[in-house]
Amino acid sequence: MSTSSPSSSTSKSAVPALAALAAALVGIAIAFAFYVAPEDADQGISQRIFYFHVPIALTAYACFGWGAVKGLLLLWRKDERYDLESYVAIHQGTIFGSLTLLTGSIWAKASGGHWWLWSENQLVLFLVLFLFYSAYFMLRFSIEEGPRRANISAVYALFGVVLIPVSFLAIRLAENIIHPTVFTRDGPQMSGVMFLTFCIAWLAMSVLAYALYRLELLGKRLDSNLRELRELLT
Amino acid sequence: MSQGEYVAAAYGVVFVALLVYVAIIAAKLARLERETAELAELARTRHADV
Repeated sequence: MSTSSPSSSTSKSAVPALAALAAALVGIAIAFAFYVAPEDADQGISQRIFYFHVPIALTAYACFGWGAVKGLLLLWRKDERYDLESYVAIHQGTIFGSLTLLTGSIWAKASGGHWWLWSENQLVLFLVLFLFYSAYFMLRFSIEEGPRRANISAVYALFGVVLIPVSFLAIRLAENIIHPTVFTRDGPQMSGVMFLTFCIAWLAMSVLAYALYRLELLGKRLDSNLRELRELLT
Repeated sequence: MSQGEYVAAAYGVVFVALLVYVAIIAAKLARLERETAELAELARTRHADV
């Protein structure tokens, strides 16, 4: 069965434009983070990691959520293309999740002197979320390709989405010094320029993730179509 | 390590990850190009036989 969708041709033309937009936005975000945003009074230069760390973490959540939405659509509409879309979104989420852990760990070492603290619930919860979605690939590739694998993968992706609000809220509920809470009920605890820099970086990461999602999807669909063509020719 | 070096390391990790991802995609595209050429050759052989 072909996994190409009617939107495949439009995706192809959108990918270079998305990639160019992502590159431009990432460049602008870096320029803002280093040359426009003022230095933080408490943390100094290490606070500049925040402008990439938090948008990367939010993008990881969004990717996992998007994977769950596609999983739900697969179970609802029984359309095979959602399986691939769910898989690619979770793959992107795992990449951004690993970057969240790495940049967060570096930031924690720079500002608090620790690479990792097992006593910090929000760190451990993000790690649990990351490991949960890493196990998705073990599950997926242990089952033979077909509707059964698609359905089980979709159900697993949906279960994982429960961990997202838990992980997100843990940063707000835990009172500690290692992981700062920047967004409170009183709004963002930073200056206007800092918030603008954060928003640009968030937009940059979102567009970058979407461009990578589209690119990977394109490659996977091309691979699938070639496999089908090979079967027809041999 | 100074704080500035930690900042450079954090941004560097993101940059390297992106670079690795692009390299993997490039390798995959090269494989797909090779496979497309093989299939085109196969189709041409079939066409010549008919």
